[in-house]
Amino acid sequence: MNSTRNGNVGDWVFLNLTRLAAIFVLVMLAGTIASLVYGAWPAIERFGFGFLWSGEWNPPAERFGALIPIYGTLATSLVALVIAVPVSFGIALFLTEMAPAWLKRPLGIAIELLAGIPSIVYGMWGLLVFAPVFSKYVQPFLANTLGKLPVIGELFSGPGLGIGILSAGVVLAIMTIPFIASVMRDVFDVTPAMLKESAYGVGATTWEVVWNVVLPYTKVGVIGGVMLGLGRALGETMAVTFLIGNMNVFGGFSLFLPGNSIASALANEFAEAESEIYTASLIELGLILFFITFIVLSLSKLLLMRLSRQEGMAA
Amino acid sequence: MELYARRKLMNRIALTLALLAMSFGLFWLFWILLTTFELGFSSLSLRLFTEMTPPPGSEGGLLNAIVGSLMLVSLATLAGTPIGILAGIYLAEYGQHSMLGRVTLFINDILLSAPSIVIGLFVYAIYVHPAGHFSGWSGVVALAMLVIPVVIRATENMLRLVPNTLREAVFALGTPKWKVITRVTLRASIAGVLTGVLLAVARISGETAPLLFTALSNQFWTLDMNQPVANLPVTIFKFAMSPFKDWQDLAWAAVLLITLGVLSLNILARVLFRDKHRV
Repeated sequence: MNSTRNGNVGDWVFLNLTRLAAIFVLVMLAGTIASLVYGAWPAIERFGFGFLWSGEWNPPAERFGALIPIYGTLATSLVALVIAVPVSFGIALFLTEMAPAWLKRPLGIAIELLAGIPSIVYGMWGLLVFAPVFSKYVQPFLANTLGKLPVIGELFSGPGLGIGILSAGVVLAIMTIPFIASVMRDVFDVTPAMLKESAYGVGATTWEVVWNVVLPYTKVGVIGGVMLGLGRALGETMAVTFLIGNMNVFGGFSLFLPGNSIASALANEFAEAESEIYTASLIELGLILFFITFIVLSLSKLLLMRLSRQEGMAA
Repeated sequence: MELYARRKLMNRIALTLALLAMSFGLFWLFWILLTTFELGFSSLSLRLFTEMTPPPGSEGGLLNAIVGSLMLVSLATLAGTPIGILAGIYLAEYGQHSMLGRVTLFINDILLSAPSIVIGLFVYAIYVHPAGHFSGWSGVVALAMLVIPVVIRATENMLRLVPNTLREAVFALGTPKWKVITRVTLRASIAGVLTGVLLAVARISGETAPLLFTALSNQFWTLDMNQPVANLPVTIFKFAMSPFKDWQDLAWAAVLLITLGVLSLNILARVLFRDKHRV
């Protein structure tokens, strides 16, 4: 590299300054993991692996287990995905193949704005506006239709209170749709026009092009987008805290029942936790959450990277 | 011909469902915005900006929470942006092929979507717990940690878009690399970087979870960042869950303020970026 003497010093300083900032990101991650493990240590030592599958959460008796919050976290996120994945696919299909050019941008922005609304707003709206409507109209309807079916009927049984795992999942779905939909739209857009036009050329319908050409080509990226949405849903705090009901007792598999998620247990209980073991158990919950989201998000990132590499090879 | 009709029908059904999915998405956006505006505007009054958050059952405003939020968000942005831009520069200009660069880029994308409540726990462990009390500064640290990944992503992306010929032209004049970056490539991508900063501000202005264990909240007026500091999100959380009507009304007003702020930042960011790119 050619540079003046003056530039050499400047270059050295600047390179190391930027490198330090990059290292700082790694320090942030390492620090987070280390401090969580350190903070959770009393609980890890006392409960061992049993913490993961004990369903008891009893602060006065100082007995803690993560099963109920883990179940609530996974159940709400799965409900969210069941709703959000098909809807996001539809939105991406609409935005890439159906919408007229002048509508694509404004509609895309509208969906992205849905991601911009802070989760506390979803929470308050969910509790005070959505939950009453949901328990009055939607839950009785679900109980009378899906609730009558064998096996899955159990998921929709019991009184519909408006708050609970199902309503938390529905609001989570609304919040994850924009993330999944924009990844799907972006990966659909990388499908080479020539592939699509070849299919249209032999007489395929729009649906056949999307289902048989675009989707197989972008499969990896689509899964990556779904994983990204899942990662977001697992760690979502405020909206779930408002809607899940914060019950630490397992009452059955009905989705109408209130429950608790890891993030909302932390939000509700952490500031009030008095004993050391209570705090440590909550931090261990945080560690579990971080571990799960880390894996899900890593997978998402790896899949999306694979798609862009595959695209790079095709080009 | 029957096959042809079936394919056509299938296509029609799929496209109708896609249209429905799009309307489904927009429906929620409009419903949420509608209630926020309706309930927020009816609770809006001058008192919001002149009085402190009240104890239950009496009247008051949101002045301390508004000022507290502004302080937390602006200090966190000031702290996080330079680190984010510097790291973004490293990733795009120096470290593309180094191990450090690749690992950092990967980790950064994960931190971008990592649960913010865990960041709150981290800051609690390294700052609040040793200090022995909740404080505004710890809230600033937590929010700054959320700003950094967003700014890194934007900076890195935007610098990658600068054509290499531009860099080579400046190098050919004998310019040292740090000057090439600060005077030419960074300047060429400044609109994109600024967009990233605006989106980061939008993201942290509504963040509640990381503030619960750090800045907490404060019923009173304070500019002392070593004290718990009132802020809009935590105030909403506290007031919305309460049974008192006037607290809920204040919460709706606060929701309106935050939503308006966040949405206008989002829209501003997009307009800013588009105009620059049209030129």
